[in-house]
Amino acid sequence: MTMLRPQANVVLSSQPSVFSAPYWEGFARGELRFQRCASCSLVTHTPAAICSHCHGADLRWEVSSGRGVLHSFTVVWRPVSPDFDVPYVPVLVVMEEGWTMLSSLIGCEDADAAIGLEVEVEFHQGVDGSWLPYMRPRL
Amino acid sequence: MTRHPLHDVVIVGVHNTKQAKVLDEHDSRSIALDAAIGAVRDAGLRPADIDGVVGPFGNDFLYQHRIGPVWRSLSALGIPAVLEAAAAIACGLASTVLITTGEAGSYREHAATAPWTRPTNEFVAPFGMFTAAEFALMARRHMHLYGTTPEAMAHVAAVIRNNGHVNPEAVFYGRGPFTAADVLASRMIADPFHLLDCAMTSEGGAALVLTSRERSIDCAKSAVTILGGGVDHFGPAYQNPPVWEFGGRQRSDLIGGTVGRRAAELAFAMAGMGPTDVDVCEFYDPFSFEIIRQFEAFGFCGPGEGGDFVLSGAIEPDGQYPVTTDGGTMSFSHGGAAVQLFQRVIRGVQQLRGECLSMQVNGAEVAMCTGGGSGAFFTDVLLLGGERP
Repeated sequence: MTMLRPQANVVLSSQPSVFSAPYWEGFARGELRFQRCASCSLVTHTPAAICSHCHGADLRWEVSSGRGVLHSFTVVWRPVSPDFDVPYVPVLVVMEEGWTMLSSLIGCEDADAAIGLEVEVEFHQGVDGSWLPYMRPRL
Repeated sequence: MTRHPLHDVVIVGVHNTKQAKVLDEHDSRSIALDAAIGAVRDAGLRPADIDGVVGPFGNDFLYQHRIGPVWRSLSALGIPAVLEAAAAIACGLASTVLITTGEAGSYREHAATAPWTRPTNEFVAPFGMFTAAEFALMARRHMHLYGTTPEAMAHVAAVIRNNGHVNPEAVFYGRGPFTAADVLASRMIADPFHLLDCAMTSEGGAALVLTSRERSIDCAKSAVTILGGGVDHFGPAYQNPPVWEFGGRQRSDLIGGTVGRRAAELAFAMAGMGPTDVDVCEFYDPFSFEIIRQFEAFGFCGPGEGGDFVLSGAIEPDGQYPVTTDGGTMSFSHGGAAVQLFQRVIRGVQQLRGECLSMQVNGAEVAMCTGGGSGAFFTDVLLLGGERP
């Protein structure tokens, strides 16, 4: 069993898009942002221009509570690249507001990963200075 | 019987080049050209008979043989390319189409996973996602919802690897036999997938030739009919994480976890058939769980029943639904991003012709061939028949 920590050598390997820039900009302020449709109130992620439900074009940014529940996970032992220390645990998290995001579990051991685990966001800076939203078990 | 314009299109030539972990003397272009020449020869045709090409290397075949001007498509990834070629023939844009693909030399340094498994997208790359992890998120969700076991997945891997073990053309020929226990004892890659639950990486070429039924009388071997097909996609692969319950607006049961269902229904409707008419299941096998998922998605069994289904004896060579009979991507070959997505179709043709060197399903008349990827974002289906419907 291994205590899961933020990755030491990971960089944000692709550029944020026109749609996603506000999402990434929130991290430095400690904000996990998502979009809500002004017409039908549907929440969405990943960042988009169009509401997937009503197809309205007025999506507004809100700040998440940062709390969610683990929906699925995998414990990875063969890293995608040597930049990643193993094991690491990609997780799907359904956030309190009803949207789903991919993250990585920290602050517990790999054997603690379980569907239904209550987690909250914690931001950590990569070697390139970019912030990433990790998830840790809620206290 | 159901009539459909695709029923007048047939596959008359197929060829897999030598497949190997590394093909030292080749690059992707050269192995794809070898594949093309092999498929045209298999059809009993000459290059000048080709008046349509598919894929970047089909374009190269066209230029090198100076057979232009001809119809051309850039489509390159498996069953959608086969259906596009068939549609072009059915509606008169071309009469005889070559599809060729190959990959060699693009993945020789193995410190990182293969390039086609690694997304560069901002939402997945920072968390170390790659193909195995994508499919693992789906498998883990299925285990949670339905109690599916690693043992059931390992059984799938053992059956497919044993098919490759006896196939002289498989990269892992003679490397077995395997039991489910062997699979479970192999090192963990992305839980619940052990090394032997996963596809290999390898190099190779693959090509097919399609023509109209009318023209096929000049060909060397019995023509294989396209009975039906379907293409199910949810959006850009590897950019949005795979979620079992991810749904669109078509129908409540058409979700990420059942992707391919709509495609299968469409294919079966074109063919006037159902799952029980299928004699051999040449299913795409990037990870063991994906076979369980497909049997459920396509309606061979109910939701959550896939684990019991694969343990029932149905998928073995002497079962009702023999699966991935050449060893698939786990044991036959993977051949890079594109090649693998044509090889289920090629094996389906070989089964219906009765020319398999190993694991020939006696009297096979209907083959179901599939492709897919990205955990849950796309699954494509092609139904092939030895007889005209």
